[in-house]
Parts: sequence; C-alpha cells; structure tokens
Amino acid sequence: MRKSTAQEDLLRGIWRENPVLVQVLGLCPTLAVTNTVENSLVMGIATFAVLLGSSFFVSLFKRFIPNEIRISVYILIIATFVTVAEMCLEALVPEVHKALGAFIALIVVNCIILGRQEAFAAKNTVWRSVLDAIGSGLGFILAMLMMGSLREVIGYGTFLGIPLFGDSYEPWVVMILPPGGFLTLGVILLTLGYVEERRRANRVSAMSAQERA
Amino acid sequence: MTPTPHSQPIQVMAAPHFKGPDSTPQIMWSVVASLCPVIAASIYFFGPSALLVILASCAGAIVTEWAFVRSGPRTLFDGSGMITGVLLGLTLPPGFPLWMAFVGGAFGIGFGKMIFGGLGQNIFNPALLGRAFLQAAFPVAITTWSASGEAWAGSWWHLRGDNFALPLMSPHVVDTLTGATPLGFMKFEHTATSNLDLLLGSVNGSIGETSGLVILVSGAYLAWKNFLNWRIPASIFLSVAGIASVLHAIDAARYPSPIFMLFSGGLMLGAVFMATDMVTSPVTNRGCWIFGIGIGFLVVSIRIWGGLSEGVMYAILLMNALVPFINRITQPRVFGTSVKVRSL
Repeated sequence: MRKSTAQEDLLRGIWRENPVLVQVLGLCPTLAVTNTVENSLVMGIATFAVLLGSSFFVSLFKRFIPNEIRISVYILIIATFVTVAEMCLEALVPEVHKALGAFIALIVVNCIILGRQEAFAAKNTVWRSVLDAIGSGLGFILAMLMMGSLREVIGYGTFLGIPLFGDSYEPWVVMILPPGGFLTLGVILLTLGYVEERRRANRVSAMSAQERA
Repeated sequence: MTPTPHSQPIQVMAAPHFKGPDSTPQIMWSVVASLCPVIAASIYFFGPSALLVILASCAGAIVTEWAFVRSGPRTLFDGSGMITGVLLGLTLPPGFPLWMAFVGGAFGIGFGKMIFGGLGQNIFNPALLGRAFLQAAFPVAITTWSASGEAWAGSWWHLRGDNFALPLMSPHVVDTLTGATPLGFMKFEHTATSNLDLLLGSVNGSIGETSGLVILVSGAYLAWKNFLNWRIPASIFLSVAGIASVLHAIDAARYPSPIFMLFSGGLMLGAVFMATDMVTSPVTNRGCWIFGIGIGFLVVSIRIWGGLSEGVMYAILLMNALVPFINRITQPRVFGTSVKVRSL
C-alpha cells in the first residue's frame, strides 16, 4: 500500500472521507443536537477539540498501550478530554451547554473519535495523527453546520438567531423535531449520492468517448 | 456472440397466463372518477376553498412526479399521482393555505413514493405520509377548522380561511369563523353531534371526510368493480363498531356511540380510499381481515385513550408498516406440501 502524504492525511477527512457524509459515523449527535446552527457549531467544536487531544495522546503513547486493553485506554483518554470540554462549555456558553445536555458526555462514545484512534492514531506518528484529527474534526463541523443551517433556516426561519424571512414566517415545526433530523440527513446523503453518481457516469462516458476516438 | 436487441425483456411468468382487461391507468383513473362525487360534496359544503385546496395538493403531487419520472418509467399519466393529490386534499381543512397543500403533495409523492422506487414500491400510503408531514410541520394550520353548515356566517362563495397566504408565510386566522370538529367536541367538551348531520356531512372537518354517505356509495362502486378489497373497509367498520359498542355499553357517558365513531372524522374516507390502496395493503384475504381489524383497534385506541382527537391517519400508517409481515404469516400453503413444513 502506498503511504499517504501529510497533505492527504489532512484533507481526506474534510470531504472525500467525511466522517458523517461519507462514512456515516457519529449519527447520534448529528441527528440529535443539530436543530440550530449554534448548537451544531458548539457540538462540532467540542468534538473537534476532543478528537484532536485524544489523537495526539493516543499516537504519543501508542508504544506503551497493551494491545489487549487498547480500547479501554482510548476511552480513558477520550473521557478525560470530554470532561475538560464539558467544563469549558459550562463556563463559556452555559445556555448551549444546557441545550446539549447529555450529548456532551456522549462524545465519549462518538464512533468518529474512537474510529480515528483505532484506524489511524494507533499506527501513525504524532504529527500525522494530529493532521488526520484536524481533517476529520473539520469534516464533522462541516456536516454539523450543513444539518444545523438547513434545520434552523426551515424550522425557525432564522440563521444564528437572525430572522431571514420577516415576522410572519410560518415555521416548519417538524424540522426542529427528531423526524426533521432524519429527513435532513436523508436529503443531504441523497443529494450527495446523486451528484456522485452523475459525476461517475459522466467520467465513464467521457472515457469511452476517448477510447472510440 | 452479440446479444440480440430486445425492445422488451422476455417475460417469464408462472401459469395460468390470463390477461385481464384492467390496466394500471384504467384502475387508477376509475378511482379518480369515483372520488368525483366526494369532491363534489366537499365543494357543496365548503365552497371554492375545497376545490382550491384539492387542486393545490394535486399540483404538488403531479409536479414532483414529473420531476422524478423525467428519467425512468413513465408513470406521470397513469393517474396514481392524481389519486395521491386528491386524497391528500380531501384530508386537509378547507381554510388551509394553498402553498402548504402544495408542499404536502410534493412530500407525499417525493418521500412517500418516488424515493422507494415509484409506483408499486412504496411502503406507506403517499397521501397519508404527506398529511403526516403537514401535521408535524404546521400543527396549528392543519387543526384550524372553519365553521360549516348553519354556523358559517359568510356566503357559499366566501373562502373558508386564508387560502391565499403567501408562500412560507403564516395564514391569518379569523377566530369567529372557526370551530371544533365533532371528534374535538366529543374529546374536549363531551358533547355529541347529531347522527344525521354526521351522515350527510354538514359538520366541521377536513374537506372530504364530512359526508359518510357519499363516500360509502363511491366505495361500493369500487368494491363492485373489484378495484378495492371489500374485506378491508368491512373489517375496519366491524372492529370499530364492535369495540365502540362494548365501551359504549360499559359507560355511555364517557364513550361515544358506535354510529358516532363510524361516521365522525376521517374514518370513512380512510377506510374506503386509503387503507385499500392496492400497493400498501396485504395481498391475501385473510391478511386484509387482520389489517382492517388492526386499523379499527388502533383508531378506537387513539381516539379514546390518545392525546389526539383523530387517529385514522396514524392507524393506517402503522398498519401499512406491518403489511409485509402480515403477507408473510398469511401466505397460503403451497399445494402438495404438508401442513407441518410450512416455512415462516
């Protein structure tokens, strides 16, 4: 297998292997807390910070972690950063902290974070693991923002609390409720899949046209 | 070896090779035709508003269908999208904003039918799915019932609500012109509506659910043509009437009479036109009985013990989800096999 470059490690997670939109991981926060842009952004940043810290320490200590109990050790490291993140959020943005509730503590079991430790940080250098964590974290924030802005704009008629359509906008209540999360994610995945399929079909037809020529 | 070009793939089917006279468009357009009396009755009761709402939901359904079938099987003109639009329109309140009706039709066809692969592939009744979405998205607008019959102060030509609310904007509601449905009266104020009003349809409610008599006549025509399985409405009516009679006998003050249960709300419309949707109902006759009894039980449960005053929509959608299972357990024994080795 060809070794990936540092640039690839960084960029991979943002779009081409986006943890939510392509790998479809970490659905619990993606569906549960994306009802407003603010909640999505805070959740995304908290997860980003935890992922960055955990990847750094897991790759740093990878030689000392016994293989048999590595998952427990990863969880311990992740839980430490989640506790730090939770305390920071409570101090900085108490209202959002209240709105996110148990989902901050649940970052511990976010499979994006555990997945990056197991699949990347445990096998690569500290520098590469940090790059990989930044990429995946940014990809997660991007996906959360897509969900959050769609749901807030349709569900409340606002963006970050700023009204977009005037006072008499009729909010689509369903978009803020749990079904709205599933619908929005479904529509996003469907659109991306459709675009990807079209692009692949175009590439195939362009290649066969070249062969004929 | 070059493959022989076929315009159509060879059809491999088990005998007997009878060809029936009915085609999908023919059946679908017959259902649309049988809905015309119901539409006419709704226009009689609710004036031009009824027609406008039905047209808007049809437009939503047809436009979405067109957008999806530009590539793929041509099902635009087979009438199935039209049925979804009309049925959805009939379940909405007459004063409903047209843009919301359009959204409902588009959602019903897009998410209820085309996403599953188009006609014949859907799990849930598209019209009901569209209505469920509208109920979740615009809970206030969809429960604002305009007054009808003698309580209606304006002339027949008057719109029954803010039909022409601008897209994405809230409708203006005039409180004096609205009233509760018979089910709402029953649930929250414990007052019953006269049975004759319920039968003929001069009561508040959704556009098409008011006149039980017209719906029954249209349904009888469809059952006679064999376009719907009469066992489904029959089992729904029997189970609702049965459970309601028992409850009514126990405590007449608390539980409404079986006649009231049968003719109020969307039960008639749902039982005759929605539960009997060929795609989303069981294929075996035994399965149809189970399906109908399940719907009846759920309708009574939701109406009496649930938080909502009406439960036909959710009852049918829930049973739709169980149809594959019902089909499986009611599969007839294959001829020649013993009873014991039936695989489940």
